[in-house]
Amino acid sequence: MTESKIGYNKIAKSLHWISAITIIGLFAAGFWMVGLDYYSEWYTTAPHWHKSVGIMLFILSLFRLFWKFISTSPGLIGSQFEKKAAAAAHHLLYVLLFTLFISGYLISTADGRGIEIFNWFTVPGLGSFIENQEDLAGLVHEYVAYTLIGLASLHALAALKHHFINKDNTLKKML
Amino acid sequence: MKKVLLASTLAASMALPMDAVAADYNVDTTHAFVNFKVSHLGYSFIQGRFNKFDGQFSYDENNVEASTVTVNVDTTSLDSNHAERDKHLKGSKYINADKYSTAKFVSTKVTKKADGGLSVAGDMTFYGVTKPIVVDANFIGGGKDPWGGTRAGFEGTTRLELADFGMKVKGPSSYVDLDIVLEGIKK
Repeated sequence: MTESKIGYNKIAKSLHWISAITIIGLFAAGFWMVGLDYYSEWYTTAPHWHKSVGIMLFILSLFRLFWKFISTSPGLIGSQFEKKAAAAAHHLLYVLLFTLFISGYLISTADGRGIEIFNWFTVPGLGSFIENQEDLAGLVHEYVAYTLIGLASLHALAALKHHFINKDNTLKKML
Repeated sequence: MKKVLLASTLAASMALPMDAVAADYNVDTTHAFVNFKVSHLGYSFIQGRFNKFDGQFSYDENNVEASTVTVNVDTTSLDSNHAERDKHLKGSKYINADKYSTAKFVSTKVTKKADGGLSVAGDMTFYGVTKPIVVDANFIGGGKDPWGGTRAGFEGTTRLELADFGMKVKGPSSYVDLDIVLEGIKK
């Protein structure tokens, strides 16, 4: 397969790595900020940044999906099982990521308030769809975040396994 | 025999108070409010309410001290008109509404005060702790409603010291003032 020798295109690589770094940063910030004391100087700024960066990543991810749709991706490498597992994992990563965007949005907008992005623009709120929306969306956001980080770790370990054990082109396609 | 029956019926009906407000009532939750007010930084107040609760009371105008009242509040229904703050206040750092989902007040003694107001002593269960508190209450009014029922209404205020209920106190937000309006429909 010649396809497997070719890497992802530059834009796809940039989108992948910017997303990876941003997602890890958002996870770390989210994990840290929910434990902040009310009197911490970060109490209002950390969630403001988390939400702002999150919405920006949402816009970037929409473009990422659009770009993936119109550009060609190299084929997957490995056994049939590995290829299927990799494709399923990639799809699930996208699903989890978009679930995080939606659940995060639903926490902050449960009272109809919009989300202020860097004091730059406001994403309008659509209000409440379900009872105790902020609590339920909060639980979904929390558990899906852990799941995404778990799956992303597996995704990274799989890439490293291909690179160091199988010594194939898997990781290099994305570098 | 008939005369005796008639006489005793008449005697029994005359023994009843003319203004028959004395009865058991169910709280009409569409005309009742459990509001709270808590200090924000010592500079102002946050006001909010609990949207879900139920209760019963009995009230006899001619024997006020025999009155009783019970109110159950679903603490997960806290609403301060800001979803993110509600989530925070309901969380484990504050009222832990998942774990302590019910707050309850059960009266133990009602006393009529010199000014005509009511002093309602009772047991308040909040944050998993039951403590005796006193609610300052007033009877507002009662009688027939336009739709065939009989109603009576009260308002009451009390202050909960958070430390009494084992909640961590930080800064000036050490107490919560409750402001309750209960209208009941006669059972």
